[in-house]
Amino acid sequence: MSRNIKWRREFTGRGLVSLCGMAIVILTLAISVFLLVRGSETFVTFGHSLSEFLFGMTWKPADDMAGGGKVGAALFIAGSIITSMVALLIAVPFSVATAIFITKISPELGRKVIRPAVEIFAGIPSVVYGWVGLVVLVPWIQELFHLPQGQSILAASVVLSVMIYPTITSISADAIESVNPKFLEGAYGLGATRWQVIYSVLIPAAKRGILTAIILGLSRAFGEALAVAMVIGKMKAFPTSLLAPAHCLTAAIASDMGGAMDGGELNAALWSMALFLFIMSFLFIVAIRLIGRKGQANA
Amino acid sequence: MTTSTLAYRSAQTASSDIAIQSNITFNCRDVNLFYGKFQALKHINLRMERKKITALIGPSGCGKSTFLRTLNRMNDLVRGCHIEGSINLNGVDIYKEMDPLVLRRNVGMVFQQPNPFPKSIYDNVAYGPRLKGITQKKVLDEIVEKSLRQAAIWDELKDRLKKSALGLSGGQQQRLCIARALAVEPSVLLMDEATSALDPISTARIEELVNTLKNKYTVIMVTHNMQQAQRIADNTAFFYMGEMVECADTHTLFNNPEKKQTIRYVSGDFG
Repeated sequence: MSRNIKWRREFTGRGLVSLCGMAIVILTLAISVFLLVRGSETFVTFGHSLSEFLFGMTWKPADDMAGGGKVGAALFIAGSIITSMVALLIAVPFSVATAIFITKISPELGRKVIRPAVEIFAGIPSVVYGWVGLVVLVPWIQELFHLPQGQSILAASVVLSVMIYPTITSISADAIESVNPKFLEGAYGLGATRWQVIYSVLIPAAKRGILTAIILGLSRAFGEALAVAMVIGKMKAFPTSLLAPAHCLTAAIASDMGGAMDGGELNAALWSMALFLFIMSFLFIVAIRLIGRKGQANA
Repeated sequence: MTTSTLAYRSAQTASSDIAIQSNITFNCRDVNLFYGKFQALKHINLRMERKKITALIGPSGCGKSTFLRTLNRMNDLVRGCHIEGSINLNGVDIYKEMDPLVLRRNVGMVFQQPNPFPKSIYDNVAYGPRLKGITQKKVLDEIVEKSLRQAAIWDELKDRLKKSALGLSGGQQQRLCIARALAVEPSVLLMDEATSALDPISTARIEELVNTLKNKYTVIMVTHNMQQAQRIADNTAFFYMGEMVECADTHTLFNNPEKKQTIRYVSGDFG
């Protein structure tokens, strides 16, 4: 009897936890396989080449099983990459500067005011960012540059940069805080100023963490759909300037998936775009892991 | 004394010229140091001789490391730290008449934990000279070689200067840190329990090195190891509870101390 209770205590918990763990693994695998199967239909069933999908400029998939359209998704891919990159260019300097400020220059203010504010930033739903972008930023860009419409790559990038700013800031701040103070002492001991210590010892020592933060930010920017869809203009044309409206992978999937016929060419092409997003985020994670491993080897 | 330090000296100090000629480097008068409300150093009066090794000994928490860090103003970096009294280096008050950055180039420091930067061996040694604005590769090459030779580690490292300093053993790292400190051409070297994280063989090599350095430099070292102080220090100061209890030449302090607390400490009654 008592053995039975002991057995139950020991193994029910363990069994439950293992089951949940297994479920996550299975779910992830299932999603991967599902995406692979649906995403490859464009190439297997409808006979398009990978290079047409990645580099083709014409996006005219047929919304039926017969196919025969064009699935050049380059304009979406370019839109996604350009908006994310510009967002990074805007956000990274601010984020890293904030991270340095709240850890090394004014830790008091950082802990009491700025960090909590940054955390609140991170918790705001993306639809709010998109809406504010649409109501405030878009008309502002339209007026400033005398455009027929303000929805543009620039608007999307600015909204994205605000959205990824808290991610990059707080992870960079953690990385900077975890730099062993003995390195900083060593530099101060040689007569370095605070700024010299920051740029010649602190940032190099924290660079792996900062790089990880940047990749996580990039990954978030790349995968964001709603806020971007609201301000990018959803124009199915290859982006020619920062001020031009454009399109991106996530917005295209979100806006077209409802109408696309199941099993049709359009539907398959959208799945391929989803697969592309999946592979990109997988690569981002691999990159972060590699950076982490290299860091361990050097520490 | 470097030219930059000279630039910081005011013209008024006729008395300091005497101090420069004399054999005193640091002259501390009535130094009190507070962390917030806690008084960590009490009325320290101490003079340190030029080109000699001075050891600071005492039990943990006695203030010896804190005192060492007042000598190159590393305590400035500690929040809420406040200091009274005067510390003169070659007759110049380091708290009133000298830029801490200039001071720290003149008074190098080696820490308890070897702390080479996560950079190459070369870049570690060249770090200080580069801060001073030296960029010519030839000049830097010379400084790096000279400093590594002075730290008796050139032969071990000359073929791997571009490799990361973190790949070295603890003893090598510490000697690299000594070389890094020497590269800015200080006149004084502070060592904060610099061998306590090392094995006996590495410790012996560092002691040997420090012994040769005193031909050129004034060395002030904190140690919890009384044998080490007896082996290499010319003078020894005993700290206890934030006070400097007694300072004398090493032989006298250990064999013929005046104060009761010193007698008890050096005979191993507490520590």
